[in-house]
Amino acid sequence: MRSVEKNLAAFNEAGVRPVAISVDSPEENRWLVQQAGYSFPLLSDSSREAIRRFDIVHKGAGENGQDIARPAEFLIDSTGVVRWVNLTENYMVRVRVEEILAATRDLK
Amino acid sequence: MTLKRINWPLWSGLLLSLFAFLSYYLIFVWYPTTRNFPWANLLLFVGAVALLVAGFRRAFKTDRPLRSKIVASIVTSVGVLVCALFLFIFFVAAKWIPAAPGAPRVGQKAPDVTITDTNNKPISLAQLLSTPIEGKPPRGVVLIFYRGYW
Repeated sequence: MRSVEKNLAAFNEAGVRPVAISVDSPEENRWLVQQAGYSFPLLSDSSREAIRRFDIVHKGAGENGQDIARPAEFLIDSTGVVRWVNLTENYMVRVRVEEILAATRDLK
Repeated sequence: MTLKRINWPLWSGLLLSLFAFLSYYLIFVWYPTTRNFPWANLLLFVGAVALLVAGFRRAFKTDRPLRSKIVASIVTSVGVLVCALFLFIFFVAAKWIPAAPGAPRVGQKAPDVTITDTNNKPISLAQLLSTPIEGKPPRGVVLIFYRGYW
């Protein structure tokens, strides 16, 4: 997420808005935004609706056995169609921001 | 115990193995090159195991008392276990994640989900896709789902 912050200018130039989503509450996200100084949106899916509908629920993997997201990145174009997906098979291995930016170049 | 009697390779091997473990989370996780594959930590572990083995062999020379042989066995085991734990966390446990067969694929329409911003206001994917960026309509949105801060 730090690398997303560092590359915000490139995202703006590509006309693509990065948003980070977790099951953390809006309050926790507000705290994290202040701590880390993120200027892109951190959004809360505390109801788990989004991770359920994207089928990326990692059951019981969170604190106190709560359901959390398995790491996943989706590039969605202005018509709402998925243009690029990354589903890591090892949660220690994260997507590089360069890969996301490369995918944005293929958008119409 | 005089300084000469201390089994330096053994103890520095233990310290190095602890450093090799912790440095991933404290240092190397912040850089994509050392985070996505922990080669820096693996190199440190190789050094740590080499030191531990040297210390272990030193303790088992005949002039050493039984006590240092016991200590060396314990310290070497702990150091090797730390190494094994790291390998397990990174290369085994981190792969225990669901495959997400029902996740939207390239070319499919993404579900229009509604999530909540830091001001407790609901915001839908459609809204994210229509709110201008620097005065221009956005060409897209990247949804980055992560496990959470904790």
